[in-house]
Amino acid sequence: MAFYDKLFETLGLSNWCGVAGEGAPLSMADLMAQASGDAASGPFFPFPSLDNLNESCSAILQSRDVTKGIEDGFLAAKPALKSVLDPLTQPLSWMLDGALWLFEATPWFIMIPVLVGISWYASRSKPVTIFVFVAIMLLGLVDHYDVAMQTLSIIFVCTTISVLLGVPIGIAMSKSDRLQKFTVPVLDLLQTLPTFVYLIPLIFLFSVTESKLYGIAIILYAIVPVIRLTDLGIRLVDQDVIEAADAFGMNSKQKLMRVQLPLALPNIMAGVNQTIMMSLAMVVIASLVSAPGLGVNVLRGIRNLELGVGIVAGIGIVLLAVILDRVSKAALSRVDMTHVKH
Amino acid sequence: MTEPMVSLRGVYKIFGQDGASVMDHVKNGMGKEELLAEHKHVLGLNDINVDMQAGEITVVMGLSGSGKSTLIRHLNRLIEPTAGEIIVQGEDVMQLSETGLREVRQQKMSMVFQKFALLPHKTVLQNAGMPLSVRGEDAEVCNREATKWLDRVGLAGFENHYPAQLSGGMQQRVGIARALTANTDIMLMDEAFSALDPLIRTDMQDLLLELQKELHKTIIFITHDLDEALKLADHLVILKDGYVVQQGEPQHILLNPNDPYIEDFVSDINRARVLRVRSVMTPLSDGAVPDDAHGDVDVDDTLESMIARSGGDTSHAYVVKDGDETVGTLDMTALVRALVPRVSSDDGTRNY
Ligand SMILES: Nc1ncnc2c1ncn2[C@@H]1O[C@H](COP(=O)(O)OP(=O)(O)O)[C@@H](O)[C@H]1O
Ligand SMILES: [Mg+2]
Repeated sequence: MAFYDKLFETLGLSNWCGVAGEGAPLSMADLMAQASGDAASGPFFPFPSLDNLNESCSAILQSRDVTKGIEDGFLAAKPALKSVLDPLTQPLSWMLDGALWLFEATPWFIMIPVLVGISWYASRSKPVTIFVFVAIMLLGLVDHYDVAMQTLSIIFVCTTISVLLGVPIGIAMSKSDRLQKFTVPVLDLLQTLPTFVYLIPLIFLFSVTESKLYGIAIILYAIVPVIRLTDLGIRLVDQDVIEAADAFGMNSKQKLMRVQLPLALPNIMAGVNQTIMMSLAMVVIASLVSAPGLGVNVLRGIRNLELGVGIVAGIGIVLLAVILDRVSKAALSRVDMTHVKH
Repeated sequence: MTEPMVSLRGVYKIFGQDGASVMDHVKNGMGKEELLAEHKHVLGLNDINVDMQAGEITVVMGLSGSGKSTLIRHLNRLIEPTAGEIIVQGEDVMQLSETGLREVRQQKMSMVFQKFALLPHKTVLQNAGMPLSVRGEDAEVCNREATKWLDRVGLAGFENHYPAQLSGGMQQRVGIARALTANTDIMLMDEAFSALDPLIRTDMQDLLLELQKELHKTIIFITHDLDEALKLADHLVILKDGYVVQQGEPQHILLNPNDPYIEDFVSDINRARVLRVRSVMTPLSDGAVPDDAHGDVDVDDTLESMIARSGGDTSHAYVVKDGDETVGTLDMTALVRALVPRVSSDDGTRNY
């Protein structure tokens, strides 16, 4: 005799419910109650949850049916989703693998000067460039050069794609309040969801051996700031200047390329800086789903309790983070300089 | 009179959710405050009819919030009217397609802004050449024209500076050079000099008058400063709460204000410096000039210079010449009388 029996009787739903409890698989709680031989030991007024209602009326679903339903639905949709998403995302795998190969195949005595050169070109700052050189040499010294390059190659690809997709999305958002209203909650969701949560459906969709799996996870997480700040940057452009552009008869493309994007550039660069930092954060977590790089060593440190391995890899990540942050921030402030405020 | 360069015919602008829905109230005479209180719409412009003649400076004056900026932005449709016609060189701007409108903005009207509105990431040269590069001209043409006009406004040597490196007055010179580079017949100037220091403002006014003597543009100039309006205007339009209180020849308005609002405006002005002999002389009707005349004066002399010349003696009389032609006589007594503002007989009607 379950608590909610009376309810269904008074509602006259006994027939629809069928015979109470019969045929329905027993829940764990029932088994426990039977084992202890005391059916009345349940709470006096149980919460009307699916499982509790099911005890009185078998026509009502159990909670495990819900999870099973989701799983079944997902599995049913998987072939269709996969047939669309697979070819669409295949280039991502190629790019990740290609970049990985390139970063690993290039000998260190070429790679390091190239990286230092890029740092100089972007930052035009001696201290930053020297720091980059020293940091990479340090990583190499403790034999972490290869893993660091793997991590860097993933960040390189994911950041590039995030910018290529994020800037146009941000532009579109800045032009349409409707689109902004719909996009902002999605961006909030992507940013607040614990990263593990959206790894789950991705693992179902793609096989763990494919590099696009972690690529997508990283991009979904890291693309948010560049979208947000592009949108914000364009919306913050001085309305007087926009008005002048209109008054001299610019069309919307001229306005975008000559006024809005250049004036939004400092904000967009700030977004790119955050995107880089978030890719780095995610690439470590993505080592759970076979992303190579420093994260793998951290994971090893955790799994095997190899304290030293984990900490050295951790310090390597910090170094990489500081390098990326300093270089992109120096580039940002250089953009800001040529943008003298009025 | 020739066809005006620009005319506004029955232009209304009501800001708010659905301006057209409250048009009837406005046409039935509902005022700005009432409309805001009862219908939550802001009356921007109320039945504006203004003709702007080619080659003249039309000055629109009014207090802050009277709708000056709204009015000037209707001419190039930066703001869409709720009702009315806007005719530029015989063409109804309201009928234009988007492309047609862009063409009008590129070819017929240029604009100078109160806050300069220069592109901060471009050099002075690139800013001044912007109107041409928007039209798709070569960089060489843009630079040549821009250099020419920058020279003309006194900015030679500053071509490669960025706007932020210049003072406000110099930035606005760039703004003017940009408008001149566009080489349009019509120039719109929205409080172009209001953000500048008084001395620099005077310089800029002189520069504008000097350029105008040479270029004969049709200039629509917005200001809230009566001195500036009187100095520049060929035709003066006075706005209040979105409607035209009075418009006409500035000296005429000064001597015959038709509204307490305007009387208040003009009461503080140095009339001797603003009024000219032309406005107070007795026109020549029968060809008779007084034989005791103390000499010849020009129609465009200010009353101030006349007082100096007569040494303050009100018994003097002068013969007024326009070029070589005698056009009237000036009696110093009439001159002194004109210096006293006509005081409103009914101060109680002021409601602003
Ligand atoms: N976009 C707008 N929405 C609502 N009201 C506006 C808008 N633009 C201007 N107004 C109102 O219209 C009136 C005239 O404004 P404006 O033309 O800027 O005045 P002015 O340039 O003479 O100071 C003001 O009362 C102002 O509040
Ligand atoms: Mg204004």
